[in-house]
Amino acid sequence: MMKKISYGLMYILAAVWTAPLVWTIWTAFRPKRLALSSSITFDFTLVNFTHVWSAAPFTTYYINTILIVAGIFAVQFLTASMAAFAFARIDFWGKNIVFLLFLAQIMIPADILIFPNYNVLRDLSLLDTKLGIMIPYFASAFGVFLLRQMFKTLPFELDEAARLEGCNLWQVLWKIYVPLARPAYISFGLVSVSYHWNNFLWPLIVTNSIENRPLTVGLAIFAQSFETGAQWSEVTAATIIVILPLLLGFMVFQRQFMNSFIHSGIK
Amino acid sequence: MRSMTKALLLMTACATFAAGCSGGGNDPAPTSSSGGGNGEKPAATESAKPSGEKVELTFYYPVAVGGPITKTIEDLAQQFMDENPNITVKPVYTGSYADTMLKAQAAVQGGTPPDTAVLLSTELFTLLDMDAIEPLDPFIAADGTEGETFINDFYPAFMANSQTEGQTYGIPFQRSTIVLYYNKEAFKEAGLDPEKAPATWDELADYAKKLTKDGQWGLEIPVTGFQYWMFQTFALQNGDNMMSPDGKKVFFDTPENVEALQFWSDLAKVHKVMPEGATEWGTVPSDFIEGKTAMMYHTTGNLTNVKNNAKFDFGVSFLPQKKTYGTPTGGGNFYIFKGISEEKQQAAWKFIKFMTDTDRIAQWSIDTGYVAPRVSAYETEAMKAYVQEFPAALVARDQLQYASAELSTHNNGKVSKFINDAIQSVLTSTVEPAAALKKAQEEAEKALEPFNK
Amino acid sequence: MGTAARRKALRMNAFAWLLLFPSLIFLLLFTLYPVFGSLKLSLYQADLGTPEPYFAGLDNYAAMAEDEVFWKVLTNNVWFAVGTVPTSIMISLLMAIFANKVMRAKGLVRTAFFYPTVIPMIAIGNIWLFIYTPDYGMVARVLEWFGLEGPNWLGTQSLVMIAMIIMVLWKEAGYFMVFFLAGLQNISEELYESAKVDGVPAWRVFWRITFPLLMPTTLFVSIIALTNSFKLVDHLWIMTKGGPENASNLLLYYIFETAFSFWDRGMASALTTVMIALLLLLAALQFFGFDRKIHYR
Repeated sequence: MMKKISYGLMYILAAVWTAPLVWTIWTAFRPKRLALSSSITFDFTLVNFTHVWSAAPFTTYYINTILIVAGIFAVQFLTASMAAFAFARIDFWGKNIVFLLFLAQIMIPADILIFPNYNVLRDLSLLDTKLGIMIPYFASAFGVFLLRQMFKTLPFELDEAARLEGCNLWQVLWKIYVPLARPAYISFGLVSVSYHWNNFLWPLIVTNSIENRPLTVGLAIFAQSFETGAQWSEVTAATIIVILPLLLGFMVFQRQFMNSFIHSGIK
Repeated sequence: MRSMTKALLLMTACATFAAGCSGGGNDPAPTSSSGGGNGEKPAATESAKPSGEKVELTFYYPVAVGGPITKTIEDLAQQFMDENPNITVKPVYTGSYADTMLKAQAAVQGGTPPDTAVLLSTELFTLLDMDAIEPLDPFIAADGTEGETFINDFYPAFMANSQTEGQTYGIPFQRSTIVLYYNKEAFKEAGLDPEKAPATWDELADYAKKLTKDGQWGLEIPVTGFQYWMFQTFALQNGDNMMSPDGKKVFFDTPENVEALQFWSDLAKVHKVMPEGATEWGTVPSDFIEGKTAMMYHTTGNLTNVKNNAKFDFGVSFLPQKKTYGTPTGGGNFYIFKGISEEKQQAAWKFIKFMTDTDRIAQWSIDTGYVAPRVSAYETEAMKAYVQEFPAALVARDQLQYASAELSTHNNGKVSKFINDAIQSVLTSTVEPAAALKKAQEEAEKALEPFNK
Repeated sequence: MGTAARRKALRMNAFAWLLLFPSLIFLLLFTLYPVFGSLKLSLYQADLGTPEPYFAGLDNYAAMAEDEVFWKVLTNNVWFAVGTVPTSIMISLLMAIFANKVMRAKGLVRTAFFYPTVIPMIAIGNIWLFIYTPDYGMVARVLEWFGLEGPNWLGTQSLVMIAMIIMVLWKEAGYFMVFFLAGLQNISEELYESAKVDGVPAWRVFWRITFPLLMPTTLFVSIIALTNSFKLVDHLWIMTKGGPENASNLLLYYIFETAFSFWDRGMASALTTVMIALLLLLAALQFFGFDRKIHYR
């Protein structure tokens, strides 16, 4: 009996959890004049979406975001794989000190350092560039720890077998470890992509022009642009446009999303 | 395995290459949706360009009113480019006023200022402190008598935030004042004359009380966003302006201002004609349109929005007076930035004159609801026809004789935060106006110290 | 060590450092250098009133100590952490326990809890700004059905923090749930079975078996939750800008305001330094505090 009640409560909780999204979608498809009314009719329209799409250059924002996200992960893939391999398989001088340095990045994430990093970018003349948005994230302590964890679970015999066949360590990394660590890479990728897709404050201060502006900043600027008052039909439509890809991706691949978190053995 | 590595390396290279290449802020986007830009990068170090070569202008602008403003701006830019084939204008939509200011400042600090931008008139001193803008007097003088007529055609109330220490730095473009919007039908229901808006503070409280009923407030005034602007209305109606024209001193805690803030607070807490707490800037117009409030204080910039969306008869009037009528001005000016080449400055000046040309600025006012900042704009056929059909559009202009400069000082960011916080402390908690304003005064004075040495 | 062995060791070390090199550049440039850069700049007076910044020692810190807004902001961060960290851990643990059991629509339930994670904070701020709007927002409408009049959530000093906390819980609980699911699945079934055989009641099973074995996960989640409570400020930008009267302001947002609205670069650096110190302190406390309580097999 208790079980049934608690399960029931959980279902209700889940429904409550989806309410905000439902509310947003509902408002986005309603014609403007009905946006703020409580009437439940079947009056739906796509007009808000077309308005929003033509009001702000969302195509450019999309392209920027994709480039940024892909660029960051591509570089992280390389740097993290290499560093993780070093930690997992090599006993090198200064290991603990370097470990602390990586730990520092987890404790003091780039989000906290937006002001000093802004100054660094300025000194490097990288303000208002996509590269500028990406560069502080090229080293990923999170990725390193994740991959190190994964690499450590791989048996030594594989190493030895490969060495016997004449591979050097570099090849061992790329030919054996990386492919075998696929689940870890998937979860690393998912985390990295969703984090950077959703990053806001940093791109806000780094970018000025449309050519470099990602979706999050575009959405915020769009939502704030109404001195005359919040136009909720349009803001909700814009919000949906921005969150749709990740949300769809998640819905379709939710097993992979969640499973990869689970199986990457984060302890 | 090797191919995967290769693929990844290729991917990285491409991504970084593409990102690095299209960075720099001034290259055309892969799908160019913003108008006009060609592939020319503005050189950071300017060398004299041989005449006949194209000059490219970067123009930052905010959008602060609803509607297809971006399109309007781009159309105007295109028209300008048609008329001036050797100048390319690249309008960059940079969000709200605050965002535009942020981006302009960041660009200045980063060494790549825009060539021209529309920014709040109140940012004048901050821009001067950053040494970011050019004085415009040389340009005006170079145009001789035409220049003089041009600059004298702007309403003095709007020029107040555009000039300091005898020099002109900004040209008014999208300017506004605060007006009182009222719901004529709600007036009728409450037994009030729908053609007569409250004219004094006492009448305001009185009418609002009659109009307050279940589901409807008598009055709403925003307490977020630009609450200092709203407060300035009461302050000006009761006494002098809150700062000195040179932007170095503020007068927050005068007895008249205390009285003014007390009145505002009483409307919510004593007369109960306004919601308590922080009424959000963006919801006030929606509330008015939905009939949740019978009157509101808001910018004339809302005129077109309200006109298009209100399903009831509404009126617009001067803000009620205490000792006199009064309102602060608001909105944005055109500025020309320092650190750009002579050619660009000339081109920018041309562009500014184009955008503020009498007919164009009249049309801009009609389309957006902003006040046309030039006297001559109200003599145009288009404007005359518009006000025939919609006399409410003249209210803001007529109120200009009582209008004063918007709060603007050095270290504007800090100073306005202090007064904004003070206002919110009175309206959203139980701080007394005298204490709140005194605190704001002290804090502001500290922030202004370096400028008063 | 023989020379051959020494040479090998050297090669290995060099190789390792080569592997680390790319990461290290970026770490040094964008984690280490900025930390020391802030420290240095915090000792200067560098704002709009000083075109030439000059060395001012600890002046910025003194001003900070007297700054009411700073203390308010710090207090807010504490309340925010207190409100979100334990609560989100509890909720997500609960979610994980139930989502782990065999129940209908398990996948859907997990999705329902997790999806806010993939939505950017700024969009969430937008959505909840609308939800909290008086009269038309979702909360107001729901209360209307019950005949109640909702307050102005974001406009009332005493309520705004609570409103923010609820929103953040909504966003984060699903994310943490996944970590707990992972942790739960790593607990051997045998333990539960032998407990069943011994007739141990459910809540005891939880306290004596599940909870202690989940300690590592709990530690991990609490670190993330705590760091997040300092990092999450995007919503302030779109919802309240820290108001009313700094009731919802947080340290990171105050840094943003000081740096990019007041252009007081010295003070912004000082605030950043304080924030860094705070985070390091908290991390140290958590590691050493929890360390004693973790049961490893």
